[in-house]
Amino acid sequence: MSPTESEAGDVRGDVRASTDGDTYVHGASRGEGPHTAQEARTGVGRDRGAKEIPMVPKDRPRTYYDRPVVKSPVWKPEIPWYFFTGGLGGASSGLAYAASLAGNRRLAKRSWFLAFAGVLASPVLLITDLGRPERFFNMLRVFKVTSPMSVGSWILFANSVTVTPAAAGSLLGFPKGLGRRAEPMAALVGLGLSTYTAVLISNTSIPAWSEARRELPLLFASGAAASAGAAATMITPPSYAGPARRLAIAGAAGEIVNSQLMSRRLGDLARAYHEGEAGRLDKISTLLTVAGGALLAGAGRRRAAAVAGGAILLAGAACKRWSTFKAGFASAEDPQQTVGPQRERVEQRKGATAPPV
Amino acid sequence: MSPATILETPAWPDSYDGEAKARVGFFTDTSVCIGCKACEVACKEWNQVPEDPHGYTGTSYDNSAQLGANRWRHVAFIEQRVEVDGVSSSAPDSWVQEAQRQQLVEEGVEPHEDEEGFRWLMSSDVCKHCTEAACLDVCPTGSLFRTEYGTVVVQEDICNGCGYCVVACPFGVLDQRKGDGRAWKCTLCYDRLQDDMEPACAQACPTDSIQFGELDELRERAEQRVEKLHDRGIGEARLYGHDTDDGVGGFGAFFLLLDEPETYRLPPDPVATTRHLGENWRAAGVAALALAGAVVASVLGGSR
Repeated sequence: MSPTESEAGDVRGDVRASTDGDTYVHGASRGEGPHTAQEARTGVGRDRGAKEIPMVPKDRPRTYYDRPVVKSPVWKPEIPWYFFTGGLGGASSGLAYAASLAGNRRLAKRSWFLAFAGVLASPVLLITDLGRPERFFNMLRVFKVTSPMSVGSWILFANSVTVTPAAAGSLLGFPKGLGRRAEPMAALVGLGLSTYTAVLISNTSIPAWSEARRELPLLFASGAAASAGAAATMITPPSYAGPARRLAIAGAAGEIVNSQLMSRRLGDLARAYHEGEAGRLDKISTLLTVAGGALLAGAGRRRAAAVAGGAILLAGAACKRWSTFKAGFASAEDPQQTVGPQRERVEQRKGATAPPV
Repeated sequence: MSPATILETPAWPDSYDGEAKARVGFFTDTSVCIGCKACEVACKEWNQVPEDPHGYTGTSYDNSAQLGANRWRHVAFIEQRVEVDGVSSSAPDSWVQEAQRQQLVEEGVEPHEDEEGFRWLMSSDVCKHCTEAACLDVCPTGSLFRTEYGTVVVQEDICNGCGYCVVACPFGVLDQRKGDGRAWKCTLCYDRLQDDMEPACAQACPTDSIQFGELDELRERAEQRVEKLHDRGIGEARLYGHDTDDGVGGFGAFFLLLDEPETYRLPPDPVATTRHLGENWRAAGVAALALAGAVVASVLGGSR
């Protein structure tokens, strides 16, 4: 069978013009050769409006006038900020408890303070994001293991009721006994709070989030470590801030490494993270994270460098959450991201069941 | 397996004890859809769905664009070039696009003749009322629930507008209504079902493209219809959402299509996101342990 004949039987196998000149390539095995004759016939770079449109010698799956298949999130800026404050607060509980066990009271106090700041900020952000904020308590009328948001609401609730006595006990000396008992629970809940938000977004139909489900939790945990460490480094005297500094540097390294791993896993879908607004934020985040981490590693024992490095690192972690958030919108808006991988799965299954020729 | 057990959902019929009714749904046979959009109008009128003016899309004669909080039935118009003698045209898909390209928006372009390499497909899209409904599973308030008819409905007095169902749906059906804040979608006319009436869209459909009924009966009818079309030489006819082994356990509202699903803006292999839940939480567990390890290691290094 000649290539042209194979094209004839396949409606999706036609040549599509791309308006961006940079087309999502789907099904790399199809394409190249067979289209040459058609390109000659139909004219390469045909004029449509004022813009030169190159013919794309690769196949794209049909879409409905390039309109999205899945809906973009209706979540507002509160949500990426919540990812940031939740991570910062959650990891701060862990750091505070570990520091208190090790006898580093100054670091423990300041970390409990940060965890409590998270308790104040996080619920407010989540509630104001709701379409019906006055109905926030409906979150607590059920507990659903199939809903990461339900699980997360209870984690946030548990975080508030454990961190509050732990922080009060540590900072005010009251309630001392209850505070002590709450500390390990707060630390444990904090670990959940810093990672569940990754499950929240990977458990969606948005390809760039869903397909990153193995790497996103590690990325968010790294960001939480970097934020909690950086914030504590900024407000703790350098001679007591060693653990916070090391946690910040480890978190920064984790963010860079996990970002790379995630991109590699995502393949074509990684474009959502590397282009447009998400891409710009990602680049800024990488710069800030590397710079902040390096500053803390090199000169973090000096107070001024600790404050500057911590602030830079915090900004980097916030940008990373924003980049991840924006990538979800970009991915949802691109029907190729939804249809491409699904079409590939269908073709693979067909290939697996087709009788040998 | 008998049809009844095939069509079981996680919450239906078991959670209703003896009160479960037969599972009902839609069979949308797009081969007879004429694109009149009466279903869209009937749905809006009966359910008092607010207007959502879009203006002109500029891509086709479909100017109502998509399903959403304010559109629970949507008729897609696929105005499309097809291959003639193995040659596919590189011209825009629709005549509306062609007119725009030639700046003939006022006059329009010559209507096509048959055999000119052009086709019209129409399809009335709707909530699929999935057997494994991701929207229902992820709803943190219990607002989304499985009815006694096996359908999926949002309880508007519970919904707090968290927006999770919007991104969980693999079909982009649900959306948040602006100014209202809650999520809305097709209820399969839950109120009409309780009075033994068929949904408004199905009643309004002049060609019986939208067929309402008990799901097991609809499924048989659909299989016969496909066979009939194949016998008539329409080999491209296929059922979509009929396979109970698909990623959502089969649809409660399924379709007969004349091309691949993506042509109609339907995902070719939808998967309920909750199928990955175990994998998701395991990854989070590993990440939480790694975070705990990093914290402990940082503290063990001393305070300086």
